[in-house]
Amino acid sequence: MIRALKSFGAFWYDFVIGDDSQVAALVVVALAVTALLTHAAGVNAWWLLPLAAFAALAWSLHRATSGKS
Amino acid sequence: MTALPLVLTVFVACAVEAIEALTIVLAAGLTRQWRSTFQGMAAALVVLAAVVGVLGPTITLLPLTALRLVVGALLAIFGLQWLRKAILRAAGYKALHDEASAYLREVAAAKAAPEVSKRGVSDWYAFTLSFKGVLLEGLEVVFIVITFGDSQRNLGAAVVGAAIAVSVVAVTGIMVRAPLAKVPENAMKFAVGIMLTSFGTFWGAEGAGVAWPGNDAALLVLVPVVALVSLGYAAGLRRAHRLSAAAPQPQTAWSETGGVTG
Repeated sequence: MIRALKSFGAFWYDFVIGDDSQVAALVVVALAVTALLTHAAGVNAWWLLPLAAFAALAWSLHRATSGKS
Repeated sequence: MTALPLVLTVFVACAVEAIEALTIVLAAGLTRQWRSTFQGMAAALVVLAAVVGVLGPTITLLPLTALRLVVGALLAIFGLQWLRKAILRAAGYKALHDEASAYLREVAAAKAAPEVSKRGVSDWYAFTLSFKGVLLEGLEVVFIVITFGDSQRNLGAAVVGAAIAVSVVAVTGIMVRAPLAKVPENAMKFAVGIMLTSFGTFWGAEGAGVAWPGNDAALLVLVPVVALVSLGYAAGLRRAHRLSAAAPQPQTAWSETGGVTG
């Protein structure tokens, strides 16, 4: 049962997160900062998530091509 | 937003997954036995239909803002993963996905496996190969259908896009009876990565509370910008890859003495 649950979790992790978990972490942090800026500071930070996505992609590609991931 | 971009995006994404499932089904059916292959395919389709039937309407019950935040985050992460692979393939750092060689690998494995009858299925290997292939590729289809359909509050249009994609691929596969190796699958995956990342970013930011300039029309700018940046990354990496391949290798004492010259 535990083995089945583990492999089920591993499947979904691999399915959504994939090869580079840092990309997922960056997207989540960027979303949290966007929500903070919008709700707490009143800044309409629509530009933040696209910029974070491009930066995360560049970072991930750099790591992949330099053999660090 | 009209239903057309939703249907088209889901169509292309699901077509890519359906082509991969078709390769596995053909390998099982042509090499082993069609009856068990169809049984495996049917069992997987029943599971997938149950997942859509349960999850689709349930997720719709969530408030739209929370739904878009979660779905946006998932789609952006999922889309960036696709884009990363597509860019690495386009730049030459990763082998291009090739349905013909994937098919040959599956055929070789299918030929080597013994024929075992189990639980009313005459060829258990063909059944499980087909079941797993259709279920795993189908889960990606379900993920895309539910996330896109629910976020647009138009699950029906997303289901239509997926159904057309699966039908077109299935009918073509039946007619050709070979893996669809000539379909520009790598370019399609690149396009799907761009769409998933764009929609994920759009919905995620909206769920976090931002108001996009121009509302839904912002997608008309966001999609080309994501495409341009991704193509730029691919071009830059391709150039770097070519330069590093052309650069002279450092000479070792072995090569300086001529290596193995016979």
